[in-house]
Amino acid sequence: MMDGGMVTTAQALVRFVGVQKTYDGEHLVVKNLDLDIKKGEFVTLLGPSGSGKTTTLMMLAGFEVPTHGEIYLADRPIKNMPPHKRDIGMVFQNYALFPHLTIEENVAFPLTVRKMPRSEVKERVRSALRMIKLENLAHRHPGQLSGGQQQRVALARALVFNPQLVLMDEPLGALDKRLREHMQLEIKQLHETMGITVVYVTHDQSEALTMSDRIAVFNDGIVQQIDKPDALYERPVNSFVANFIGENNVLAGTVENIEQGFCRVALASGGSVVAQAVNVAGAGAATALSVRPERISILTDGHAPDGMNALPAQVQDTIYLGDHALAVLKVAGNGEFMVKLPPGAHAGLSHGQSVSIGFRPEDCRALDPV
Amino acid sequence: MTAAFVAGADASSEVPLKRRLKRAERTRRLKALALILPLLLFLLFTFLGPIAGMLWRSVDDWEVRQVLPHTVAALADWDGKDVPGEPAFAALAGDIRTARDAGTVAIASKRLNYALNGFRTIMAGTARNLKTLPEPGTAKDTLIGINPAWGERATWAAIKGASGPLTSFYLLGALDLTRNVDGAIVAAPEEQAIYRDVFGRTFTISLGVTVLCLVLGFPVAYMLATLPTGQSNMLMIFVLLPFWTSLLVRTCAWIVVLQSEGIVNDSLRWIGLIDEPLRLIYNRFGVYVAMTHVLLPFMILPLYSSMRSISPAYMRAAASLGASPVTAFLRIYLPQTVPGIGAGSLLVFILAIGYYITPALVGGAADQMISYFIAFYTTETVNWGLASALGAVLLLATLLLAVVYGKLVHGQQVTGGMKN
Repeated sequence: MMDGGMVTTAQALVRFVGVQKTYDGEHLVVKNLDLDIKKGEFVTLLGPSGSGKTTTLMMLAGFEVPTHGEIYLADRPIKNMPPHKRDIGMVFQNYALFPHLTIEENVAFPLTVRKMPRSEVKERVRSALRMIKLENLAHRHPGQLSGGQQQRVALARALVFNPQLVLMDEPLGALDKRLREHMQLEIKQLHETMGITVVYVTHDQSEALTMSDRIAVFNDGIVQQIDKPDALYERPVNSFVANFIGENNVLAGTVENIEQGFCRVALASGGSVVAQAVNVAGAGAATALSVRPERISILTDGHAPDGMNALPAQVQDTIYLGDHALAVLKVAGNGEFMVKLPPGAHAGLSHGQSVSIGFRPEDCRALDPV
Repeated sequence: MTAAFVAGADASSEVPLKRRLKRAERTRRLKALALILPLLLFLLFTFLGPIAGMLWRSVDDWEVRQVLPHTVAALADWDGKDVPGEPAFAALAGDIRTARDAGTVAIASKRLNYALNGFRTIMAGTARNLKTLPEPGTAKDTLIGINPAWGERATWAAIKGASGPLTSFYLLGALDLTRNVDGAIVAAPEEQAIYRDVFGRTFTISLGVTVLCLVLGFPVAYMLATLPTGQSNMLMIFVLLPFWTSLLVRTCAWIVVLQSEGIVNDSLRWIGLIDEPLRLIYNRFGVYVAMTHVLLPFMILPLYSSMRSISPAYMRAAASLGASPVTAFLRIYLPQTVPGIGAGSLLVFILAIGYYITPALVGGAADQMISYFIAFYTTETVNWGLASALGAVLLLATLLLAVVYGKLVHGQQVTGGMKN
């Protein structure tokens, strides 16, 4: 839908062209998907559950057939190619390690089904196990390993046959937070050192921001925005993306006029602000303004510098979070308006206190109404 | 301060922690035991006790010992090389007289007749003709005079062999073995040697039925395990339906279906495939069909439960790693069903080994399994010793199989692979 980071057809390893998918013949789970993935890229499909991201991955892996459209892998149409001929490695949410085989046999599986010579299998398995630092557990069964170790084995198994593409379906979902963060870095390193192409599915936005070259945000069967992590956060193109990625403050209003990419918006509660006109229909249309918490300052003297938006606010609460603090304010009828403060700055604020907040028009985006 | 105080209090309490734990555990264990006690007693009185009692009969040899006590005592030192001396004859004459008065001659002669064909006649004749106790010193001549068989070594060897208190006679008999006059173990005479054949037949039929059940049951179990729950529950009822019908009814139904004027033969004749009715029942074919039908659920259920626990993710993973559907099935799916195959096969095989009614109703004379003979000796000829020995051999073979199975399964035990 959006053109941020779009690649040309010639470079694309994977191309979805007008792909649609329905299970019941009544409503589409994936609505008209066009997506290009470059060779060597780490692309994450991010979205809430039921948004169509897993279905998209399954169509790419070959476990689901598109109802309409075509998928190309290295310029070959693969819609009717069975999964085992696609040369795509896959890591599953619950690892799916074969319980009756040892770790070594699990990792060797993709090589032995390809009838690779025994000596080469041995060599490759050994180096794969060395890569994930589990050489000493080669003869254990999967059930004897911890979740993180099993995940590493699943990773090694999906990479050992050098597939042209690796798919990961919420591979870290079953791990605890610390291990998950550790594994995120490990996967990212593997991606960088091996130069593999990865398509990663998750509903965890911080995971997506940490690992990806590009993120495709899914909602309701449609890709809302495909972009680099920073662009996605800094420049969301619609309210869904703004709300889904990171913390977001929303102010409802009506566009008064648009001028050189900026618009003046009258707030429902009175007062007006100037914002970037990103996704507004025109003068008189309803809009939702999006401002990130860290882009807002609390004005102590009540006067905003020239060109800055200023709004009256009432302090609801302050939250201390160690490395920073949050002030929860009531601004223009929104009682959950967050402002990020340096640690300690919250000390001067008390419940019910009236303050003024200020933010630059460049940091405020006028998006589609929620 | 507080910590030290608590530690001090702990040390001062006299009962060590281990003992206290044991005491707490003991109460729990006693409660658990009390819960299973009724069942335990029930099993003891109705199952374990009778089985032990029945097994004891395969080695117990009490008849001759009880009816001819003096003869048994007199033969204790007999070397068996020649006909025993006068004292043994005198003791025998005395015992027979006493037994005749007590009416117990038949008990001993029945047992002795197993060991030596015709012994019943010898005993009956002797008891009838031995009007008075022979004069001292003439017992040998008197008895041989009544029946010359008393002058033969084999007659006396039979008494000695049956004098108990324990005997290997029945167990050897169950394996087509016997002891000759000198007490050495030799093959039984050909006309009596049938049990090895019967055991062989029993195992062949059971194995055949097991293989048939596996071949027919595996696809059904696979379908049940992969269909959506609603449909698979529906089909499961059809699998379980036979369980709710009596074994006798099911077997008789097969007689109706398979007999020469039955549904199968009539249909085949009607469509003109055959002119003469096929012989489908009262032979091995009928036994296989009926037993496979009856035992099929015992194969399907363990297979189903082992297949149900195999996540479809495994097959997907195998496919994504490059395995064709056939390879994925053979290398990933099939090995994981092995515990189910083992359990189902063992269950079917062990049940089949003991089958009695079905082969008796739909089999011919050459299709009767070992249980038929056990029943025959128990109820027809009341030779409980042999019935019990046949049962003991069967039980031993079955236990051996169970142990081998246990070893095999334990040898390749795997712990669950999936998290969650």
